[in-house]
Amino acid sequence: MERFAFLTFDGLANGAVYSAFALALVLIWRAARIVNFAQGAMAVAAAYAAYAVTSATGSYWLGFAAALAGGMALGVLVERGVMRFTSHSAPLNQVIVALGLVLTIQAGLGMLYGNEFRPVGTPFSRDAIDVGGVPLLSQYDVFVFAAVLTIVLLLALLFTKTSTGLRMRAAAFAPEVSRLLGVNVGGMLTLGWALAAGAGAVAAMLVIPTELGLHPHAMDLVFVTSFTAAVIGGLDSPPGAVVGGLLLGLVLSYVSGYLGSSVTPIAAFAALLAVLLARPQGLFAASKARQA
Amino acid sequence: MILQLEGLTAGYGAAPVLRDIHLEVPQGSIVTVLGPNGAGKTTLLRTIAGLLKPTTGRILFDGDDLRGVRVEHLVRRGLALVPEGRGVITELTVEENLRLGGLWRKDSAATMSEVYELFEPLARRNKSMGHQLSGGERQMLAIGRALMARPRLLLLDEPSLGLAPKVTAQIMSLLRQLRDNDGLSVLLVEQNARSALSIADAAVAMSLGRLAETSSGDMRAAYLGS
Amino acid sequence: MRTLLWSVAAAAGLVAATAMLDPFRNYQLATIAAYLCATAGLTVLTGLNGQLSLGHGALMAIGAYTVAFAQKSWDSLYLSLALAVVVTTVAGAVVGLAAARLRGPYLAGATLALAIAVPSITITFQSVFNSEQGLPVFLTPPRTLDIERWQALVAGGAAVLVMWLLANLSRSHLGRRMRAVRDNEVAASLTGVAVSRTQVLAFVISSACAGLGGALMAFLAQSVSPGAFPLTLSLFLLMAVVIGGLGSLAGALWGAVLLVALPDVIHSLTEGMVLKPAMASRLEGNLPLAIFGVTLIIVMLAAPGGLQGLFSRLLKRGHHAPNS
Repeated sequence: MERFAFLTFDGLANGAVYSAFALALVLIWRAARIVNFAQGAMAVAAAYAAYAVTSATGSYWLGFAAALAGGMALGVLVERGVMRFTSHSAPLNQVIVALGLVLTIQAGLGMLYGNEFRPVGTPFSRDAIDVGGVPLLSQYDVFVFAAVLTIVLLLALLFTKTSTGLRMRAAAFAPEVSRLLGVNVGGMLTLGWALAAGAGAVAAMLVIPTELGLHPHAMDLVFVTSFTAAVIGGLDSPPGAVVGGLLLGLVLSYVSGYLGSSVTPIAAFAALLAVLLARPQGLFAASKARQA
Repeated sequence: MILQLEGLTAGYGAAPVLRDIHLEVPQGSIVTVLGPNGAGKTTLLRTIAGLLKPTTGRILFDGDDLRGVRVEHLVRRGLALVPEGRGVITELTVEENLRLGGLWRKDSAATMSEVYELFEPLARRNKSMGHQLSGGERQMLAIGRALMARPRLLLLDEPSLGLAPKVTAQIMSLLRQLRDNDGLSVLLVEQNARSALSIADAAVAMSLGRLAETSSGDMRAAYLGS
Repeated sequence: MRTLLWSVAAAAGLVAATAMLDPFRNYQLATIAAYLCATAGLTVLTGLNGQLSLGHGALMAIGAYTVAFAQKSWDSLYLSLALAVVVTTVAGAVVGLAAARLRGPYLAGATLALAIAVPSITITFQSVFNSEQGLPVFLTPPRTLDIERWQALVAGGAAVLVMWLLANLSRSHLGRRMRAVRDNEVAASLTGVAVSRTQVLAFVISSACAGLGGALMAFLAQSVSPGAFPLTLSLFLLMAVVIGGLGSLAGALWGAVLLVALPDVIHSLTEGMVLKPAMASRLEGNLPLAIFGVTLIIVMLAAPGGLQGLFSRLLKRGHHAPNS
């Protein structure tokens, strides 16, 4: 029972990260109808920026800020520099370009920092706090929940309460009509990429210290898991992505805890296949046929 | 003159859809362009609104050449297009659609209550999603949203399409009211000549991308038998 | 008929070439042939049918492990290769059916998950797959031939067979249906094409080719291990197909050649430079990846027809020059 409680909280903490990462995928999917396969690599690049800043200054928080700013800047760069010039004639084109970015970014990081795991520190203790004699969650887990909750709330506020959010939604749903109404559609797209890449960078900062450490491929599995979470949620639905991430975090934590950690990628694959076979429109989306 | 087109030619690819169009819309008047499907009416409005670049010719809005002005800046200058098919964003609510029409204006709350006064059904359904509206309500929303920008010239692409005659008549009388009370200028493109001519100050016929040399008096006589 | 002539000519050329090349070049030729099976299969899926797979490396792994197990049991190479094709066909059918109702990013995501899952299967079931050390592949080379020449002949022969079959497929009724689905699914379904079935079939055929490619890789390396089939391999294959020219089987050949030649060229380049050993090893592992990635982006932005598209444009220009 103790183990179950521990695995539950651990799973929720991981799931919160998947939620944030899946949310970033959903943001770009809604804005541009692109699944950003480069999001994992972009987030790792931001985490390396944090690593460099933290090593130089000794401050975790300066590094965190660098990851956020660097991640957003990379998002702008990718949208303005590459994606904008990709032909929309086939939906595959953008996916292929994103994969080219994955190769380029990961190889670039490998050349700069080498392909070995680098341990990274955390700003709070990762020792679990005992509640009634049962070790439940650590200070770091609390930090993870708080950070993800902040991201989710800020994005929700932005999209539902502000005029910039209204512009972003309008630009995504009806680009031409939005231009006629005075919305700078290109600018909204860039902003969407920046926000998504920023959320992805924070997710990477949160999850990497809990895994083997910093590595050019550190986010590969997180990407797959979060993509699965987004698909569970319906790919179009931000709340669906959040719930999907938490659900998947729980499932994978139990699988890893009771069957062994090497089973996790297999379980993620099986979960994705199961969702695609049983309910391809996602658990939360309205039952509309899926097109891409 | 609020709008002057001088020798406008435009199209998609090699073949021009519009050929050497000359047209003037005087301040505070309703001008209608009539013609069958495929005459180039929609292309004409899209070109004026900046969605399509003219190959030759000039578009003067209030005396200023619009060449090089970006689409999203035109509405702030006072030129609003209600596009073909109305362009209601169905995933947003009525109120959000309206807000979108005048986001940069400081007085948009006041304008919105005016729009709600003009179109009472919209006020009743302000929280409904765009896809829940009827055709007539959508047309009201589209025009109301354009009015949120407090435009000086309104371009309307077949507002009567798919509407019951009674609803069409309501919309036409509303346009007349906007012209008379607020001095709004309108360029109205229609297949439905009868309803358009009932409010137009001037009318031209368009076919195969050209404007015909007809006086509006002749057309009115032909359609309305006066 | 034309494809048959081409294939016979290619087979003859193969026999002649293997007789002239030294063992190292024969081995490289064999590697190109193994890659070609996979890139040609991916060309059918992506170029002809407009679907994307990021899991062809994993399908290759499935073929490779099948050969390792089969060779342990019976040591009959051709039977083992055939079995590898059968097993990957089944695996492809499972994944293809799951993704059947879905388009673009869903199949890409599902195959990406497969690519990540396969190496961990070998670790989870290590008593069977022997974890990261992998398994040996038992071979009994013929006494009359160099082993490398034998490998080049077998792999090359298989690749010629695959190319011949796929070229015929591309001209067949099924090939036309695949293209119709790629160009416009709605229009295709209106003309009576079963869209989902065509897409699943394309994925299954493509999987079978990748499985054969992986089986040949195992046969060449005489061992299999998960490290030989990372996610990067799947991306490489895709890149090869894109750079070669989506939709053209000749492009698949260019891509396969590039996969073997480029790392080789970069290796000789980094050897020529005076570098610290640590830096040299970083560059050697990563520079080809970076070059592949940048090339992929540039090709997609600037020349979506790939190398083959460039060549055919140049050829056409040459033909038409006197008239125009």
